[in-house]
Amino acid sequence: MITKRNFLKAGALAAAFSLSATAVFADALADITAAGKIRVAVPQDFPPFGSVGADMKPQGYDIDMANLIGEKLGVEVELVPVTSANRIPYLQTNKVDIVISSMGKNAERDAVIDFSDAYAPFYNGVFAPSDVEISEAGDLSGKVVGVTRGSIEDLELTEIAPEDATLKRYEDNNGTISAFLSGQVEAIATGNVVAAAIIERNPPKRPEMKFLVKNSPCYIGFNEGEPELMAKLNEIIAAAKADGELNAISQQWLGLDLPAEL
Amino acid sequence: MNYQFNFEWIGTYWPVFLAGIWMTIKLIAVGGVVGIAVGTFCAWARSLGPKWLGIIVAVYVELIRNTPFLIQLFFIFFGLPALGLRLTEVQAAMLAMVINLGAYSAEIIRAGIEATPKGQFEAGASLAMSPIQTFRHIVLVPALQKIWPALASQVVIVMLGSAVVSQIAVEDLTFAANFTQSRTFRAFEAYFVSTAIYLGLAILLRFILIQVGHSIFATKRRASR
Repeated sequence: MITKRNFLKAGALAAAFSLSATAVFADALADITAAGKIRVAVPQDFPPFGSVGADMKPQGYDIDMANLIGEKLGVEVELVPVTSANRIPYLQTNKVDIVISSMGKNAERDAVIDFSDAYAPFYNGVFAPSDVEISEAGDLSGKVVGVTRGSIEDLELTEIAPEDATLKRYEDNNGTISAFLSGQVEAIATGNVVAAAIIERNPPKRPEMKFLVKNSPCYIGFNEGEPELMAKLNEIIAAAKADGELNAISQQWLGLDLPAEL
Repeated sequence: MNYQFNFEWIGTYWPVFLAGIWMTIKLIAVGGVVGIAVGTFCAWARSLGPKWLGIIVAVYVELIRNTPFLIQLFFIFFGLPALGLRLTEVQAAMLAMVINLGAYSAEIIRAGIEATPKGQFEAGASLAMSPIQTFRHIVLVPALQKIWPALASQVVIVMLGSAVVSQIAVEDLTFAANFTQSRTFRAFEAYFVSTAIYLGLAILLRFILIQVGHSIFATKRRASR
């Protein structure tokens, strides 16, 4: 039964909805500020972007970036470890506010989430020991190549690899690296920074760059329809590029200055 | 909840799922049959075999039953190549499942053997049967009959546990779900479909095992009348 009071309430609600139709969708930036905390999805198996240090604390380019964002927003940072495969579902199911997880941009991802400006350089390529002769995608014919499932290099290589090349798709980067080092695959497709990190540890097999798969700088990912959040993140990234803070992070983790075109 | 289900991707990705189902079936067919054979041998060795063999089997059973399946799988796939034994991911997955089911089923079958009345062994001996003949014809079948439901459950558990073999890039049903999810971002739908398929496979597998049990034990029941 509709009482007069309920009827008025319903009317007021309807009016409120129609007036604020554009602001009905929760503003993520306002939510973050109100909570005093930003939940950031970061990698934990992807040095130098994100790994667990000797003190069992997460460290890396992405973790420094997350802390920089938190500092500039004036909120606490909660780091949520994710894998390449689950970082977008974490965002979609609102387990995190933003994803800083060395994530590249492509059409499929762009259809479901939004991206900030680029905050880190990243190149993907195919790597193998020096005695394996590969110089272009066609040379992968008959070879077994390891790749992390759902990563950008997986998507790209699936397109360009010849029919008789075998792609072995592992759950995470540790699996891909282990498969390469234990000789289960002849070559791997991964980021140059990952290969550099493997070489730094002097493994029995040295992954050397064979050919470039894709130049794909890293972007911060967040849910669609958040113009306020996007503007704020881009403002922070631009300021950090201008005052050298981002360059310092790049120097520390990649050993390189930020490329000019980033 | 205002989640919009979208199953359009099935039109593109069903061959991936079909291949995944077939791989999971192959894994459990090999893992189940060979695993139970290993388990039967180990149960015999531990309850009736020579003492030194019983000790080796006991170490194997305890080692496998007290370590995670995933670690056993990684050990075989990533660890053994360092010792010069390189298996493909499918061989490694099958071996891990055989070793795992072998250890668990050994204990289940041993329980059945130990529940067999001593008189049955004596009956075998009085018919001038060798200990091996007695085991095969008089002890094993009634023992299996007692523990068949528990054994069937263990096989189903191993089939469901085989989901982790996608970690070493075996393209099983879980791989199909993860692969589809990583391409379409329809995580809920991909796992919804794979959950339903696993449920169907588990029910089917249990049904088959019950039928197999009926066919083994029915003749024995008639014969014992």
